[in-house]
Amino acid sequence: MTIRRRDFLKGIVAGTILASTGKPVPAAAERDDRMPAAAVGILYDATLCIGCQACMVACKKANDMEYEHSGPDEIWDNPRDLSSKTLNVIKKFQHGDGLTKDSDPGYAFVKRHCMHCVDPSCVSACPVSAMTKSPVNGVVNYNKKACIGCRYCQIACPFNIPKFEWDSPFPTIVKCQLCSHLLAKGGISACCSACPTGASLFGPVQELMVEAKRRLGMKPGVYYDFPVSNIAGGAGTGSFQSHKAATYVPELYGEDEVGGTQVLMLSGVPFDKLGLPELPDRSYAALSDGIQYAIYKGMVYPIVVLAGLIYMARKQDEPKK
Amino acid sequence: MSEAKPIGGRIFTWPFMACLAVVLIAVYFLAQRFIYGLGAVTNMNDGYPWGIWIAYDVVIGTALACGGYAMALLVYVFNRGEYHPLVRPAMMASMFGYTLAGVSVFFDIGRYWQGYNIFLPGFANFRSVLLEVALCIGTYVLVLWIEFAPAILEKLKADRLKARLNRIIFVFIALGVLLPTMHQSSLGTMMLAAGYKLSPLWQTGFLPLLFLVSALMIGYAVVIFESTISCVAFRRPLETDLLGRLAGVIPWILVIYLIIRIEDVNLRGYLPLAFSGDLRSNMFLLENTFLGLALLILLYPANRIKPRLLFLSAVFIMCGAGLYRINTYLVGFDPGNGWQYFPSVQEITITFAIIAAEIMAYIWFVKKLPVLADLKHA
Repeated sequence: MTIRRRDFLKGIVAGTILASTGKPVPAAAERDDRMPAAAVGILYDATLCIGCQACMVACKKANDMEYEHSGPDEIWDNPRDLSSKTLNVIKKFQHGDGLTKDSDPGYAFVKRHCMHCVDPSCVSACPVSAMTKSPVNGVVNYNKKACIGCRYCQIACPFNIPKFEWDSPFPTIVKCQLCSHLLAKGGISACCSACPTGASLFGPVQELMVEAKRRLGMKPGVYYDFPVSNIAGGAGTGSFQSHKAATYVPELYGEDEVGGTQVLMLSGVPFDKLGLPELPDRSYAALSDGIQYAIYKGMVYPIVVLAGLIYMARKQDEPKK
Repeated sequence: MSEAKPIGGRIFTWPFMACLAVVLIAVYFLAQRFIYGLGAVTNMNDGYPWGIWIAYDVVIGTALACGGYAMALLVYVFNRGEYHPLVRPAMMASMFGYTLAGVSVFFDIGRYWQGYNIFLPGFANFRSVLLEVALCIGTYVLVLWIEFAPAILEKLKADRLKARLNRIIFVFIALGVLLPTMHQSSLGTMMLAAGYKLSPLWQTGFLPLLFLVSALMIGYAVVIFESTISCVAFRRPLETDLLGRLAGVIPWILVIYLIIRIEDVNLRGYLPLAFSGDLRSNMFLLENTFLGLALLILLYPANRIKPRLLFLSAVFIMCGAGLYRINTYLVGFDPGNGWQYFPSVQEITITFAIIAAEIMAYIWFVKKLPVLADLKHA
């Protein structure tokens, strides 16, 4: 069999261009990126949040995190944003007169932590599998024994969640792991246990989704019952609170964003105002994965190319001897 | 193969000593980095987790080290044996470039002491673009040293070993073409994961192709650049004839690159963004202007045999394609939330030290080992 140099080169060029356009990528369909059946998450309803920051305190205690002082006095834990010492933060949006809650002009609270994506870019990006998505409950966990500290997860995360210990000679990546250590003991995330109003609601994602849809259908100004802490425990603990339904932005953030997230959000002001980016329905990881997969599936292309190159290098080398 | 000869002469010349000084200062800063953490010496932060150590040392550094790749492609794949004298110096520069890029990664990664995890199959995540890049670059460094080994063996007069290596070297030459093709394109694929954080002037499905083509462009430009510099520095006659012919290859690559680059932005409808007058748009224009100027020079065959213009065009390409890469990794990258990054003095010093170490190694090797063509016999 003789491979003509020119034909071979044409093949390579065509292959590279095809693989580079990133359009015909059937590979993504073969990926198992559906949510696990027993996936758990959090429904954060910004209209119920009173900004008390009890969730932040509970989070620090449950995860044994250092307090952070951004002001001159070192009395209170008052982080400005997520950091390597803060896994969960309540931030405030304010615009105009800043008087009316959940409206613009007005103010609103937002809670930020890992969204536990259905198809997490950090998991896809990590070269050493330090970021993993639990096949059971879908929580995105971090393993420092694997991590090399390359910080590609930070580049890849569309929510800028993973943080790095810049001031440590032996740094780790720090991110919310949905209190996996408490879940293992049958508990729920500390922030949801602590939330006094049910703004942070823990539970199976499917149930949270139904609850969120129910809220989006509520008549603003009318009183409804809202489950507190744990949606699954609603019946058991019987803890419901009656609140006046707010005027929601008619969108459930996290339903479709980057292929869906296990943390879902409802709000009275547009989500981009709260610092939540507008995102496509497919994860960015799926795209780069797809290209990678198309080129390197079973290493067939690289091996074929290598065989061709060996043939050519050998021929070029021969006449000199 | 013995047309190459060591050029001899003193090692401790003043350029060598100046480089050594930069390296020593950098060693002090590096000590701080390892004692107090990355935050102590760099301006990297949670918004910009990658600074110039990745964007320059690795992403541009390995591109500048693509001379060996570009020449191997030309000589072995496109069958142009006449460029053989340029292969060995190019290969050596590539060997230094890649080796030091590999070393600088260990300064940059936070948990360097378990950096070897990347080579353990138990940890490997084959969906990760970075894994592919890391394994490929790691292997390529090895391949480059093996490809260059005949020059060292010649010096050691280990003729039998050299003959044995030469019998199988074609395998490594082939790998030396395949591996850069893989990881240079993957360096582009890497930033796809950044999604909306990368400006649409750079974020595109064509990233892998553009990175591959830009690596080739820089590769040829660097061969011209290094050859000219070393001829001037070591007072050797210029290889203008050979370089001029080599320069004939470049306009083709430049035209292909620029068409894809501009048309891609245009078809996605973001070309107006290039004229919005902010830093990002100006950097986009600058990057492509450099390449356009290089094309303008090299389009005319008469210019390719004028050493000054030839050298200038090589510099333009290195600037343009280098900017493309730094823009993709830093300037065009905006994580939002008000994050900012500009490299610290310590960061810049360490990057300069890596370049200085490369220059020192180059001087030492060409003076002691048979690398540059022996022009008296040529």
